[in-house]
Amino acid sequence: MEQFIQQVASGLANGAIYACLALALVMIFVSTDHINFAQGELAMFSAFLVWQMTEWGFNFWIALPVVCCFSFLLGVTIERVVLRPLHSAPVLSIVVVFIGLLAIFHSMAGSIWGHTIKQFASPFPKMTFAGSGYIGPHQIGMIIVTLVLLFALFAFFRYTPIGLAMRAAAQNPVSARLVGIRVDLMLALGWGLAAAVGAVAGALVAPVVFLEPNMMASILLYGFAGALVGGISSPGGAVAGGFIVGVLENLVGYFGNMLEKSTGIYIVGNGEKLMVALIIVITVLTLKPSGLFGHVTVKRV
Amino acid sequence: MALLEVKNLKAFYNQTQALHDVSFALEEGGITTLLGANGAGKTTTLRALCGMVRTEGSILFEGREIRGWATEDIVRLGVGHVPEGRGTFVNLSVDENLRAAAYTRTDKAQVARDLDMVFTYFPILGKRIKQQAGTLSGGEQQMLAISRALMLKPRLMLLDEPSFGLAPLIVQEIFRIMRRINQESKVSMLLVEQNAALALDLAKHAYVLETGSVVMSGASEVVKSDEAIRKSYLGY
Repeated sequence: MEQFIQQVASGLANGAIYACLALALVMIFVSTDHINFAQGELAMFSAFLVWQMTEWGFNFWIALPVVCCFSFLLGVTIERVVLRPLHSAPVLSIVVVFIGLLAIFHSMAGSIWGHTIKQFASPFPKMTFAGSGYIGPHQIGMIIVTLVLLFALFAFFRYTPIGLAMRAAAQNPVSARLVGIRVDLMLALGWGLAAAVGAVAGALVAPVVFLEPNMMASILLYGFAGALVGGISSPGGAVAGGFIVGVLENLVGYFGNMLEKSTGIYIVGNGEKLMVALIIVITVLTLKPSGLFGHVTVKRV
Repeated sequence: MALLEVKNLKAFYNQTQALHDVSFALEEGGITTLLGANGAGKTTTLRALCGMVRTEGSILFEGREIRGWATEDIVRLGVGHVPEGRGTFVNLSVDENLRAAAYTRTDKAQVARDLDMVFTYFPILGKRIKQQAGTLSGGEQQMLAISRALMLKPRLMLLDEPSFGLAPLIVQEIFRIMRRINQESKVSMLLVEQNAALALDLAKHAYVLETGSVVMSGASEVVKSDEAIRKSYLGY
């Protein structure tokens, strides 16, 4: 039982990271209908920037907001400079651009910081507290930071005029222009926010997976999975999907081990976590293509 | 000076020319209608005015050349476009639809008063304020579209077939309210309609479009009594 709770708790912690990435993906998807394959590498790049600043002697909690702002500007710039001229380009061209961005940020990080694995110290204090047998301080910290971030974003989109304008622009660009909303600007802001959210995800996960240019590859995959399970068109769903995938992958390993212990037959274990998680994702999508919480687009005919 | 003056307007969808030579003028405070059959270029004319298609020619709004401007900038001058198909933000609530429309305004107190004004014109929207706009009926969505344009505090409203797909009683109600908006809120209107009888009753002045050109214009009474118009558009 104790192990079970432990697995769920650490699943939630990983899920928090997947949720952040899923949210970043969804934010760009709802406004452009594109999946940004470079989202993970952008997050990795931002994590390196945070690390670099801490190496220079800055406190993590100063470095993180600074890097978030920088990533925001980076996202806005990418949208304006790279993607803006491609607004009416076919999907394949845009996919190629995303893959190009992925390669660029990957090799840029490699050439600046090298490919050797770096330690990234946890920004959360080491301490013991009730239940610390089940979950470590870094994991708790990850969950808390993620939740704070998600609520802040939720409040931004729900209660501020500019958040409302961004939602309107994403939903119906033609109508948004007809009420004077600058849709192109909203798009660039969306890219900036996605990059900033990704930066938080990268900086939080770096102490867990260690810092190196490949660190986000598998995490982005889980982020995709989370976004798809929850519904790629629904920000709230993507967050829920991220947590679901996080817990699921841990439980697959846990129950696999239990099974092996009790029957002696090895079916699944930690090695197959990713595979089983993805099978579940495919099953969900087969049965419910818009995801668990996604909107089914209904058209009046 | 005319509020809107259009001269030799041409419009294009890619290589296809949809408007050939459209000229007309709108007096401040009035209601003018553009009549024409399917494909005559009515919707295209409204889109051209708002910079939504490629155009040539001249569009003067309050004496200022706005042809070639971005849609957002034209709208910010006070042109409220009620688009074909109503353009509802379907996943936003009624309240959010209206507040999104007031996004460009900085006079918050007046925005609140304008919201109240919208609800006196369309009380049903007041009752549906928290409802998702996509779940409104066709008539209610049309009212919402007009209200969104009103929240811009427009000097000119462009209305693209507000009667489309609605029951006659609802259409009558909406047209009655449009007349009230014109008189009470001092908004000039350019109305595009298939329903010529209805449009000629509401409008003071009419232009008739055929295959992308203006073929006739005059006071509604005159246009109404024209033999050819009566046969082609009014059906008697």
